[in-house]
Amino acid sequence: MADTGTNGTAKNGAAAATAVASDNGAGTTEKATWRVKVGLAEMLKGGVIMDVVNAEQARIAEEAGASAVMALERVPADIRKHGGVARMSDPQMIQEIKAAVTIPVMAKARIGHFVEAQILEALGVDFIDESEVLTPADEQFHINKHNFKVPFVCGCRDLGEALRRIGEGAAMIRTKGEAGTGNVVEAVRHMRSVRAGIRRIQSMDEAELMTEAKNLQAPYDLVLEIHRTGKLPVPNFSAGGVATPADAALMVQLGAEAVFVGSGIFKSGDPAERAKRIVDAVTYADDPQKLVEISTGLGEPMVGIDIRLLDDKELLAARGW
Amino acid sequence: MAVSTKNEKRPRIGVVALQGDYAAHLQAIEVAGGDAFPVRTAEDVAGADGLILPGGESTTIGRLMARYGLDTAISEAARQGTPIFGTCAGMILLASRIARGEKQGGQPTLGLMDIGVARNAFGRQVDSFEANIDAPCVTDAPASGQHAEPVRGVFIRAPYIEESGPEVDILARFEDKVVLARQGNLLASAFHPELTGDTRVHRYFLRMIGTSSAEDKNGDE
Repeated sequence: MADTGTNGTAKNGAAAATAVASDNGAGTTEKATWRVKVGLAEMLKGGVIMDVVNAEQARIAEEAGASAVMALERVPADIRKHGGVARMSDPQMIQEIKAAVTIPVMAKARIGHFVEAQILEALGVDFIDESEVLTPADEQFHINKHNFKVPFVCGCRDLGEALRRIGEGAAMIRTKGEAGTGNVVEAVRHMRSVRAGIRRIQSMDEAELMTEAKNLQAPYDLVLEIHRTGKLPVPNFSAGGVATPADAALMVQLGAEAVFVGSGIFKSGDPAERAKRIVDAVTYADDPQKLVEISTGLGEPMVGIDIRLLDDKELLAARGW
Repeated sequence: MAVSTKNEKRPRIGVVALQGDYAAHLQAIEVAGGDAFPVRTAEDVAGADGLILPGGESTTIGRLMARYGLDTAISEAARQGTPIFGTCAGMILLASRIARGEKQGGQPTLGLMDIGVARNAFGRQVDSFEANIDAPCVTDAPASGQHAEPVRGVFIRAPYIEESGPEVDILARFEDKVVLARQGNLLASAFHPELTGDTRVHRYFLRMIGTSSAEDKNGDE
């Protein structure tokens, strides 16, 4: 039986993912397979995942057409402003958001903080974001995501970082951008970098792939797979700096399969309307006529930050190894 | 495996591409022997011999359908007999009622199929699973009376059909829950055949095109 999994990628993941049982089992019922994890990421494609800090915002996001919400205590713009150590949210707040909406609920754990991830899994969140927006708990190692039943999404700036995270078990990748700035320039840089890396591997002679894997610091089998398929083995979304419908459409045209919007919605003049318009812009990203209508009369976007004016220490995207 | 070579004309299948895993359906239809194209406007609906409502978030897809006029266009096509296949979120959108798990403020659906659907009925993502589903109808030789090998059902925060009217044929169950059903030109599955590389359910759907519902129903029994 043809049983190759999501876009033929299950083989790789299954070889690595050991969550509950092996993939392609003979007739048994299996939870948390690689295919089920990547499957939820597949369902989120073409959609917008919105940062929310309470149940009321979650309801606004759901009504606007968000395909999932990300529950967190402070949106990145506030983390940036207030400083301090940013951690996993209070479980009570996540519970309230789960109770308020029927769409998937994601939550963030600090890089390397596998106990925060264990708590979020026990809480029953649908996706964990091992996120550079929170203060890292481990400056050498990320979470071993194969050990979990819940799927993970991780950020990346380039292809090597994406493949390291997938090697650790991430079922979805998002380019990082620079969260909390309302400035899309880093998101564009990271998405272009990933796409260029993929094209480069595709055009290589097979004999060159091991050295390419070495240079990328990426698992060789994933480099081989990209050479063969021309795409990442998991869905690739975009995050960090989207503030307008046009920004969202830009990321989709550049290759993002869905868009995360953090501060851009609830730091704007009319969050409910902006949320709807960004959802529409992702669907009609290739239709400039519709984008005119979608972009018209939307009021104030969040105030953005010129990345060049930020100190290196303030850059969130640099977190992750 | 392609069944299309005999047919001079491959059916044109519009996959509603507002949000969700429509790309996987576009691919599955091409492999199964149809010509697939994305549907984003009411005008796109008119050119389709059959339509697919993909997996994704039913609240998101439902809102976009209503906002851009696809809901009336799809309902009209359904009334004219165009076959429509809904998977997971698509099943919810076909349903005439939400039996459980409705979001606050109500759930937009097309209300075409006489079924009551329970949303997220198997639990949250940590409860999502794969299982073998015995669906005799997906055999590629319906005339021979030969039953098909089970399909691998991928259930992701999946719904199931809690109750249904007399016009609805139950085609498959998982642990007593109805997970595949048909009502004339409408087909609904709680699982995701588009994620497995096994296109037998899609081929079954393609056989619904150009056949009267009664005929094919009998042929499959």
